[in-house]
Amino acid sequence: MGLETKPLSTLHEKSSYDVADFPVPTGREEEWRFTPLSRLKGLHDGSLAVTGGVVVDVEAAPEVRVETVGRDDARLGKAYTPSDRVSAQAYSSFEKATVVTVPKMTAASRPTVITLRGSGAGAAAYGHLLVSVEPMAEAVLVLDHRGSAVYADNVEFDVAEGATLKVVSLQDWDDDAVHVSHHHARLGKDATFRSFVVTLGGDLVRLSPSVSYTAPGGDADLTGLYFVDEGQHLEHRLLVDHSVPNCRSNVTYKGALQGDGAHAVWIGDVIIRAEAEGTDTYELNRNLILTDGARADSVPNLEILTGEVAGAGHASASGRLDDEHIFYLQARGIPFDEARRLVIHGFFAQLIERIEVPELRERVLSAVEAELAR
Amino acid sequence: MSTLEIRDLHVAVGDKEILRGVNLTVRSGETHAIMGPNGSGKSTLAYAVAGHPKYTVTSGTVLLDGENLLEMSVDERARAGLFLAMQYPVEVPGVTVSNFLRSAITAIRGEAPKLRDFAKELKAGMEALSIDPSFAQRNTNEGFSGGEKKRHEILQLELLKPKIAVLDETDSGLDVDALRVVSEGINRFRGLGSSPGEHSRASGDTGVLLITHYTRILRYVKPDFVHVFAGGRVVEEGGPELAEKLENEGYEAYTAKAASA
Repeated sequence: MGLETKPLSTLHEKSSYDVADFPVPTGREEEWRFTPLSRLKGLHDGSLAVTGGVVVDVEAAPEVRVETVGRDDARLGKAYTPSDRVSAQAYSSFEKATVVTVPKMTAASRPTVITLRGSGAGAAAYGHLLVSVEPMAEAVLVLDHRGSAVYADNVEFDVAEGATLKVVSLQDWDDDAVHVSHHHARLGKDATFRSFVVTLGGDLVRLSPSVSYTAPGGDADLTGLYFVDEGQHLEHRLLVDHSVPNCRSNVTYKGALQGDGAHAVWIGDVIIRAEAEGTDTYELNRNLILTDGARADSVPNLEILTGEVAGAGHASASGRLDDEHIFYLQARGIPFDEARRLVIHGFFAQLIERIEVPELRERVLSAVEAELAR
Repeated sequence: MSTLEIRDLHVAVGDKEILRGVNLTVRSGETHAIMGPNGSGKSTLAYAVAGHPKYTVTSGTVLLDGENLLEMSVDERARAGLFLAMQYPVEVPGVTVSNFLRSAITAIRGEAPKLRDFAKELKAGMEALSIDPSFAQRNTNEGFSGGEKKRHEILQLELLKPKIAVLDETDSGLDVDALRVVSEGINRFRGLGSSPGEHSRASGDTGVLLITHYTRILRYVKPDFVHVFAGGRVVEEGGPELAEKLENEGYEAYTAKAASA
């Protein structure tokens, strides 16, 4: 196959703010081999004209400070350094960044909702968001991506000592949208991070959530749900880098696929470095393939460089609806379509319960229902 | 008045023929016990009649009140009035008992019950079977013990009120208390539609086909007819006295006969 197997830890070493440090991907690289580059509309080689076209609208909790800043703001790019070509392209191309600050010792009284609305897929747009949760602060954040765009961005979640950040990121784009995004959380001592990713719409969405720890006691839960329809490519690339002792991470992503050319990619990389004794981590990906012609690639990678872990495991399974489940429900008079709906609903239900914002739970549930009714 | 009529039923799993010409008629008001050794095809009969995709009917007919069940989908059979209590009820992740039962009742009755009526009905049904109310919010059969799964099957039986119930080894894996509770549920079902005072005879408008390996449950649920199953067909028929004979003598005589046939 010509693919080299390299240790994860070296694979993820490269980071730079300079686009020139990353060659234009050819599709043969490990980190690009699943992504159909021709459908990136030039995000990977900078060939598409840049005109912006994604409007950022913030509805903030009263305790939270929101700023729109220029490229020169010293706070940007501290928690995260771009780790691939598109990420670096986004970092060197964005014009305005949004900075959300939750002041120390403050608990935001309601979710802060950031709506990113695309106005067309004819030109490229680049964005940058920094969410800084100061020591002992707490906040819930919603990122709501809608409309149509060719959009690349970097999101930095800087969660300081003892702080808690819960994020729900919805990728609910129109059918022709292309979105390549990095979400990086940097966790301080005893910081808590909860991420819930829901990807439903878009022609191609490639979202790379990653977590790093700066001190012990960091705790990250990364949860994701996706529903891939005919012709869609939805890719989630997780990276949790345990480099300090006694931190915890849990990754749970579940997806359903239906229709010709529906393609889901899930990469779950977890590194436990030699220094990261006492790490507790588990990652899981499950795919429910509902029709012929849909394809799920699921690749969990766990690299453990210390013998002193509290727990480390991974699981990945992709399969069809279980005939026995359907039979049992049908044997009680429930028609096939309804039985199928119940089982798929059940597949996602326990995940959806974890969404921090009740109104979003309803929205995600009804989005799943709408997918099933297609 | 309902009749389940099984005629010369042949069933295969893959290339292997399991049922070799089963004839059996169950009418409402009657309780039939099918007894037989392991591997005799008892469960195959139950699943084939219910329409499990693993089993292929190669010939024969199954009629419920004159309608050919074999031409129906699994859910159509259930809506026609057939119920199968399974030996190994299936765990359905993420689907709560309450949601599952409400969907089933809606399908069987043709309209959704009012939420309040449903809650009441469910509560009463669970109480009668000593099922903890918290089970309504648990995922269907997930993490249930063997006995809890069987009670849950009988709860469905009582709520869905089919015309004919096939109970596949509902007694297996039950302790004495659970066996009594489950048997009482079956007897309540048997008495459905009968006039008051007749409950002791339990001859209502429902029919029961009880599949079992042991005679134990027949002390609580008295059969009108006993059929001995061996080698994929009924090899002997009689009244309740036949069960006693099996209790004393076992299946050896029949398994030997089946092997030589």
